[in-house]
Amino acid sequence: MIHSLFLINSAGDIFLEKHWKSVISRSVCDYFFEAQEKASTPENVPPVISTPHHYLINIYRDKIFFVSVIQTEVPPLFVIEFLHRVAEMFQDYFGECSEASIKDNVVIVYELLEEMLDNGFPLATESNILKELIKPPTVLRSVVNTITGSTNVGETLPTGQLSTVPWRRTGVKYTNNEAYFDVVEEIDAIIDKSGTTVIAEIQGVIDACVKLSGMPDLTLSFVNPRLMDDLSFHPCVRFKRWEAERVLSFIPPDGNFRLVSYHVNAQNLVAIPVYVKQNISFFESGFSGRLDITVEPKQTMGKTVEGVVVTVHMPKVVLSANLTPTQGTYNYDPVTKVLAWDIGKLNQQKPPNLKGSLSLQSGAPKPEENPSLNIDLKIQQLAISGLKVNRLDMFGEKYKPFKGVKYLTKAGKFQVRT
Amino acid sequence: MTDSKYFTTTKKGEIFELKAELNSDKKEKKKEAVKKVIASMTVGKDVSALFPDVVNCMQTDNLELKKLVYLYLMNYAKSQPDMAIMAVNTFVKDCEDPNPLIRALAVRTMGCIRVDKITEYLCEPLRKCLKDEDPYVRKTAAVCVAKLHDINAQLVEDQGFLDTLKDLISDSNPMVVANAVAALSEIAESHPNSNLLDLNPQTINKLLTALNECTEWGQIFILDCLANYMPRDDRESQSICERVTPRLSHANSAVVLSAVKVLMKFMEMLPKDLDYYGTLLKKLAPPLVTLLSAEPELQYVALRNINLIVQKRPEILKHEMKVFFVKYNDPIYVKLEKLDIMIRLASQANIAQVLAELKEYATEVDVDFVRKAVRAIGRCAIKVEQSAERCVSTLLDLIQTKVNYVVQEAIVVIKDIFRKYPNKYESVIATLCENLDSLDEPEARAAMIWIVGEYAERIDNADELLESFLEGFHDESTQVQLQLLTAIVKLFLKKPTETQELVQQVLSLATQDSDNPDLRDRGYIYWRLLSTDPVAAKEVVLAEKPLISEETDLIEPTLLEELICHIGTLASVYHKPPSAFVEGSRGVQHKRLPPRSGSGESTESPEVGQPGGTGPEATPAVIPSQSDLLGDLLNLDLGPPASGSVPAPTSGMQMGAVDLLGSGLDTLMGDDSEPLGGDIGGSPAMGAGFAGAPAVMPASLNAPVGGGLGDLFDLGSSMGMTTGAYVAPKSVWLPAMKAKGLEISGTFSRRAGVIQMELSLTNKAMSIMTDFAIQFNRNSFGLAPAGPLQVLTPLSPNQTIEVSLPLNNVGPVMKMEPLNNLQVAVKNNIDVFYFSCQYPISILFVEDGKMERQVFLATWKDITGENEAQFQIKDCHINSDAASNKLQSSNMFTIAKRIVDGQDMLYQSMKLSNGIWVLAELRLQAGSPNYTLSLKCRAPEVSQYVFQYYETVLKN
Repeated sequence: MIHSLFLINSAGDIFLEKHWKSVISRSVCDYFFEAQEKASTPENVPPVISTPHHYLINIYRDKIFFVSVIQTEVPPLFVIEFLHRVAEMFQDYFGECSEASIKDNVVIVYELLEEMLDNGFPLATESNILKELIKPPTVLRSVVNTITGSTNVGETLPTGQLSTVPWRRTGVKYTNNEAYFDVVEEIDAIIDKSGTTVIAEIQGVIDACVKLSGMPDLTLSFVNPRLMDDLSFHPCVRFKRWEAERVLSFIPPDGNFRLVSYHVNAQNLVAIPVYVKQNISFFESGFSGRLDITVEPKQTMGKTVEGVVVTVHMPKVVLSANLTPTQGTYNYDPVTKVLAWDIGKLNQQKPPNLKGSLSLQSGAPKPEENPSLNIDLKIQQLAISGLKVNRLDMFGEKYKPFKGVKYLTKAGKFQVRT
Repeated sequence: MTDSKYFTTTKKGEIFELKAELNSDKKEKKKEAVKKVIASMTVGKDVSALFPDVVNCMQTDNLELKKLVYLYLMNYAKSQPDMAIMAVNTFVKDCEDPNPLIRALAVRTMGCIRVDKITEYLCEPLRKCLKDEDPYVRKTAAVCVAKLHDINAQLVEDQGFLDTLKDLISDSNPMVVANAVAALSEIAESHPNSNLLDLNPQTINKLLTALNECTEWGQIFILDCLANYMPRDDRESQSICERVTPRLSHANSAVVLSAVKVLMKFMEMLPKDLDYYGTLLKKLAPPLVTLLSAEPELQYVALRNINLIVQKRPEILKHEMKVFFVKYNDPIYVKLEKLDIMIRLASQANIAQVLAELKEYATEVDVDFVRKAVRAIGRCAIKVEQSAERCVSTLLDLIQTKVNYVVQEAIVVIKDIFRKYPNKYESVIATLCENLDSLDEPEARAAMIWIVGEYAERIDNADELLESFLEGFHDESTQVQLQLLTAIVKLFLKKPTETQELVQQVLSLATQDSDNPDLRDRGYIYWRLLSTDPVAAKEVVLAEKPLISEETDLIEPTLLEELICHIGTLASVYHKPPSAFVEGSRGVQHKRLPPRSGSGESTESPEVGQPGGTGPEATPAVIPSQSDLLGDLLNLDLGPPASGSVPAPTSGMQMGAVDLLGSGLDTLMGDDSEPLGGDIGGSPAMGAGFAGAPAVMPASLNAPVGGGLGDLFDLGSSMGMTTGAYVAPKSVWLPAMKAKGLEISGTFSRRAGVIQMELSLTNKAMSIMTDFAIQFNRNSFGLAPAGPLQVLTPLSPNQTIEVSLPLNNVGPVMKMEPLNNLQVAVKNNIDVFYFSCQYPISILFVEDGKMERQVFLATWKDITGENEAQFQIKDCHINSDAASNKLQSSNMFTIAKRIVDGQDMLYQSMKLSNGIWVLAELRLQAGSPNYTLSLKCRAPEVSQYVFQYYETVLKN
């Protein structure tokens, strides 16, 4: 099972260590540093590293490496999932997952880690339960605590811990009862230089914010549930009901949670909301190049595409860019070689264009590789797959809750090759 | 208002100040002080000096303070064991607290204090907590048993905690069940044969019920545990699959992958024509695809596992090629894995798409990735014949880019394409030759030289080209030197008139000026061959080469099967069996896929019913990743091609060959006492066969082994005259005096794959005996009677009856001392009698124990010296052929025979019914009655018994 955890910042300092079994010397991290050195960027450090006596499994989140040490055969996914959970918990507790926030709350971090894992076995990883055991820090609470001498640690057994609905505590009370759902879809796509789709798929999630008193039992139904291909449910969802009736039936956790994530397969036709016309070329002589990018709205189902940003990772030899956008602003960072063009809202009539010249390092050969374009965009009030919620029903409680559904489409890994 | 204030130090001396604060009367101050101590601890500062002061704060009603002190204790108790005792009382008291949270916390913390003296005090509270009314306490206590076991295993066994833990599997609370399973699994890992998790249909049912209700982590433990179960039949298998399938929709990817493991394993038992089988296949694809949209680290692990799944069941993902397309900002480790899977899924239907993608990748920035993409194009050409032409033209396009490393990779793969499709694409040679000067990597240079030599007659200036390489001969790497030598000899044989000088030059460079033995010896071989009989030389050197096989990097089927059973584990990430690398797993049991029922094989003897006919014999002729080296050696054609039979040699060649074997090869093979194992010992764990390790193996050993063994291989296989296995005479196991007149003598044999226990029952009493029955205790190899004892008629006084009892080996397993000990209980109408006997290990040798030569070589190298045992067999008068015949009838197969310095060396393999392989080298010195036996086995404890059997057989 998970033996130890080291948190390492991007400078290579180990700023926190936690051992759930015997203490392992931090020198074990030297193997990690070795691998880190070999990798070109932090993202490229291999997630599983073997050393003579241990295995190091790591994730890189928010500029922090979470390096766990294991000694026996443990499913690596189990460890990685757990590390993600730790990172999420920090985010949840401290508002951000950063070295500073972890150091500021080091005692809570320790208490949390101790509560999450016992002897390497996960103990409580549900945010609801943890928050009952260890209260998250707030400015007000720490003031109150210092005055009254009360504590951050819950004195009673979290109620959800052992019930058949471990994700929900009992005795929840709200004056305003509300249940909101966000259907968020991300388009992952690769478009080739001629504009045809190489691959496109949709990753969708339904995030919920449910603040309902008592023990409500909800049923969420869809107009077209069969669109969703492969679903991963929150443990609260009754799988049998979904199999039989294609409705999501569940007793919700209290607060924010991810109800379901789904996938719309590449086999189905995925609407691509924008069309990108581009031409980036480098000249054989003169150490310069040209760039011309136009973004047009394509299949947008009548909605406006906003928040459009085009990013290009330029070859190393590109020194600067002299471009003119017809809309928005652009910025070329000569250090990271990233060109970012922030367009904003797409204009149906006048498609935005960015045009101009690139200057290259003199004496350097013409770059071999073609830079790819990364597109970021947002469409409000639209789930690009066409998924639509039909209705939400509540059983088990008498009051009438406020209900609402929001849709949002975003670009995920949306790439255009040149 | 943050904790960072705890890090600030004062000039006065931190420890001193903390001490004062810890002893303060004010609760709040105490707590703050403990927090400071913890903060210092987290950054690795030594605050152990404060131990007594912190422990003093333990007796408090404040839960937070208590927890903080516990945190401190866990960290420092080990270094201050005597002080830690001070805390025991509080722990014991807390275990009685009315608040279950405190009870659980106390028992949990106590388990984390790794001090022997404390563990003794822990037993009583732990026992109580295991039976606590509150499930929260019970589930915490279950984990505590595992902790305690880690500290003091004996204590846990003596105190009977293991049994209590087993009882918890039937607990009413799913969380408790899951933790009990987790704890038992962890304990079982250090006791591979202990049968702790005794899985039967009842427990399986309980686990499946708990599976639906426990936490995600619990589900992982339960699924991993389920995967070790062997269902009785396909119906049970199907019902388990049905209940596990919903787990594929879990949000936690580890749960999904563990569920995939269970399904992949149990699916093996379902008949393929069953509707459900098809449904299940369809259900597996979407979750695997979804794993690829997770974070990159998860993707990586998923991809490594998908790589295995695709090899085992390509049909699952054959329509999902596109999800493996690479995005430019994927991390490199994800890119490389995706590429690998793309090639595995490439087929005629999708090759156009794949090629377009690969071409795209070949223009990316990352050098490693680009190289692999170019190589992938070559692999596609070899795999999908219809696409070969398109691949070649793509490669030519890439060569035109003149990007140095792209050109070099392209040339290496084009060489392979030539090997696969001879006389088809040679028109491109001219283009290749244009790039000769830019090649600076040995592999590319060697490939280019091979091409020039092989097609010398079509390249007008071949001699000039090769000569240009020859100038810097001594600076080249061995790989290039060897290739250059062969290429020039080929050239000479094709155009003898113009190149005599060149060949003399290279031969003298190789034989006189080189201190590399491989090069020298190969030089001498050519020299002799050319000077003795040029016609023969031509036939040898320019012989037709075997085509290279389609898949160059498939995992060996038995390993693949084992890895499928380990989906989701580290083994599956490294593609190595767990025994190969996990430390602390003492004698890992090899897992096998269950046999498919309805395939006509009896499910009772798994060693016979290997699924899908994937015994080692079925291993396809695989050219390992060092194909360049080996392939190049095949040019020598000293031995027959690896997979074929020996072609009838022409008389001329025979002469040459005999001469060579007489001098050249013998020197090549060396007089080393361990010609096979010796030198190679230094090569990495997984050698030639399956790891796809880079070509680091010393060429010297590939050479003699490839040639020599191939030559001798047929000797081994032709000795198929079976004479019936040796069966020891019966001996008395149970004397009549001890068994109220019943005398039992017996022996063991193996006939047609079935183990038989041959018994003679004699009634030496005065009355008739009836109602015979027999039972075995758990034993090392799970031997159990396959049916009841067939004594149908009553046994009258002074009568003897002969019975054959067929045995199987699916019974419960427990390691015995000695290993081959069998405890038997026989019952009749009078009483129950116990005796123990020892069986020869040979009855466990299965019929398919003949290892492929390549696998044998790889395995022999793979097993380290500490797992090797040497024995002397004295006073034995039998020649090697007779010995090998005798042994063969006991399923001990001779794989190769060699004669070195008048010694006969027999290389033999045998496989035990539980999948353990034993490799043997038997050395017979002509004229001497003493033989030497070297045994290599991953489970060295069996070696001694194998030796005993060798001795028995050879002497009888």
